[in-house]
Amino acid sequence: MHFDLTDDQEALRDGIRAVCQGRFPSERVREGFDRETFDALGETGVFSLIADGFSWADASIAFEELGRAVVPGPLVWGVLAHGLVDGVPTGLDRPAPGAPAMVEHLAAAGAVLVLDADAVRVVPADAVAGVALDWPLDPLTPVTRVTDLPTGEVLAGADVTRWRRAGAVLTAAFQVGMAHACVEQATAYALDRRQFDRPVGSFQAIKHLLADALVRAEVARTAVHAAAVTLDDPEVGDLDRAISGAKLLAGEAALKNAKASVQVHGGMGFTWEVDAHLYLKRAWVTNTAFGAPDACADRVAATLPGGA
Amino acid sequence: MDLRASPSDEAFRAGLRAWLDATLATLPPEPARDDWPARVAYDTDWQKRLFDAGYAGMSWPREYGGRDAPPSEQLIFLEECSNAKAPYVGVNFVGTLHAGPTLIAEGTDAQKAAHVPKILRGDEVWCQCFSEPDAGSDLAGLTTRAERDGDHYVVTGRKIWCSFGQIGEFGELLARTDPTAPKHKGISWFILPMDLPGIEVRPIETILGSSEFCEVFLDEVRVPADCLVGAENDGWRVTNVTLSFERGTAFVSEMVDAMRMAVELAPHVHDPADRRELGHVVAEFDALWALTKRNVSRAARTGDTGLGGMLMKLAYSEARDRLGELSMRVLDRGVFDVHEPFVEERLRTLSLTIAAGTSQIQRNIVGERVLGLPRERAWPAPGTEG
Repeated sequence: MHFDLTDDQEALRDGIRAVCQGRFPSERVREGFDRETFDALGETGVFSLIADGFSWADASIAFEELGRAVVPGPLVWGVLAHGLVDGVPTGLDRPAPGAPAMVEHLAAAGAVLVLDADAVRVVPADAVAGVALDWPLDPLTPVTRVTDLPTGEVLAGADVTRWRRAGAVLTAAFQVGMAHACVEQATAYALDRRQFDRPVGSFQAIKHLLADALVRAEVARTAVHAAAVTLDDPEVGDLDRAISGAKLLAGEAALKNAKASVQVHGGMGFTWEVDAHLYLKRAWVTNTAFGAPDACADRVAATLPGGA
Repeated sequence: MDLRASPSDEAFRAGLRAWLDATLATLPPEPARDDWPARVAYDTDWQKRLFDAGYAGMSWPREYGGRDAPPSEQLIFLEECSNAKAPYVGVNFVGTLHAGPTLIAEGTDAQKAAHVPKILRGDEVWCQCFSEPDAGSDLAGLTTRAERDGDHYVVTGRKIWCSFGQIGEFGELLARTDPTAPKHKGISWFILPMDLPGIEVRPIETILGSSEFCEVFLDEVRVPADCLVGAENDGWRVTNVTLSFERGTAFVSEMVDAMRMAVELAPHVHDPADRRELGHVVAEFDALWALTKRNVSRAARTGDTGLGGMLMKLAYSEARDRLGELSMRVLDRGVFDVHEPFVEERLRTLSLTIAAGTSQIQRNIVGERVLGLPRERAWPAPGTEG
């Protein structure tokens, strides 16, 4: 057993981190996602990792770095649908009849993947009818309220259960990266910002908030690594429990740490100018994808005696 | 990155399981918590059995009778013992996990010969005399004095939270040998024979109504000079050396027990909000179990658990608190009875966020040593009126 990053995985992490720092600084991220972003990311190889023989553990390490830079886009769908559809893929769970449905990044997309109970189905993006929100919560995640979602064609070679599991792992990995970035950005601010003639980070009220945030991020990272390793090698654990637990803790870490970052930044944290709100808003929207926190907690509980 | 056990780890696990199966069946019944002579007999008997089977001192070097096992085997040992409900380390705690490793690292040949083999065999019980009424989180502020007088040190002061003080034959003693030096530089580490004249031990009644700790009063106790471990005034460093023996397995037994309790509680959890909370707590335990494997893997590779080791106590004690509160809610009117294991555990685990560095001190350590945040300014700040 070596449950830690290998030298190759550290190199992968450092490589993706360098790409993000070079090509996705805050100014670029704030321009949002488009086809050009998709192609630029495609060139780095993040969408083709699995097709190129890398493991889900490797892919989760890469997604952690994308989350750290809060890169916009339907990135998880980019991995799941790699090589299977034309254009930018996006997707959603099939809504219950009459229930509202939201799909992200529809304008940039070529294909919409729909997760049904029995299969993954594909619908051409221009066949999806809906109204784009003029003021989406996350300014970097444009959203369309769907009014008509065709049934679509079954996508051959796509195992819907596997897609749900892998989608949860990659989303959770992205959230862990966001959670760590929030600790780093808030810590840097707490060292720089002075009040009462001292850095505010010297106050235990601030220090403890940041220490708790680091603990959450690190515990969640370990859970995501365990889930990814189990997805690669299901014999080493209870796969659904590992994934549900990881998604729960990662989502919680992303959300709570983003809120901590807003709080540590004080008044500046409430401004558009500071990045903290981008992390907070992405945390909220990613928590609705591939397993909401409460549903994940219920699924873990269902593995225990007395469960339904 | 993987979670596969190696063939040698699996072989170790199989051998240990077979031994536990055979041995646990022959154990006498567990003694009552307040029957200290019986507890000493029971716990030291278990230590002897471990020693005879080659399982004593899993992390100790071979030349001192230990097994020098890789961290993965140490993890398996603790996991399997807890799963099998084998006896805890109990009264052997201070000797095997703290005093023994300290003597191995810092003791003279004579000190090692006198104590290390006995500790490993369960023939010698130790207690700890570190904290003082005015030196808790600020341990280095301790004021118990040890003054050199010929072949002896004369020790006077008061110690508190001394685990196993009422039964320990020897104590780990920290005392101030140079009151003029900066506080970390004037402390020495001593072996304290607990039968010396001038030592009075008074049990402290805990929140559980039992006496796991003692207060120890030291009144001009004449401690032989050859009981000094390491150099005079170097005791702070000597104390911290022991911590490096810990290879990422500190909370394994705790965590295995906590997970078992969560599983035992589960059939009684019906309310949907409570079940959701149970799922949440178990997700945290699962993550901390993974973190344990992360720490052990890192220790095996680099000798140090790194960040994960610093976070473990903080994260585990918080998760355990959530399980404790959930169990009290689920028990409803059952909470009246302390004989109910969940009630007793709820009380016991209140100590987790306090003992061995409060959660607040842990957060300071994480904030300052990991995140690099500055220490809070000294009080009263220079140039201000008190």
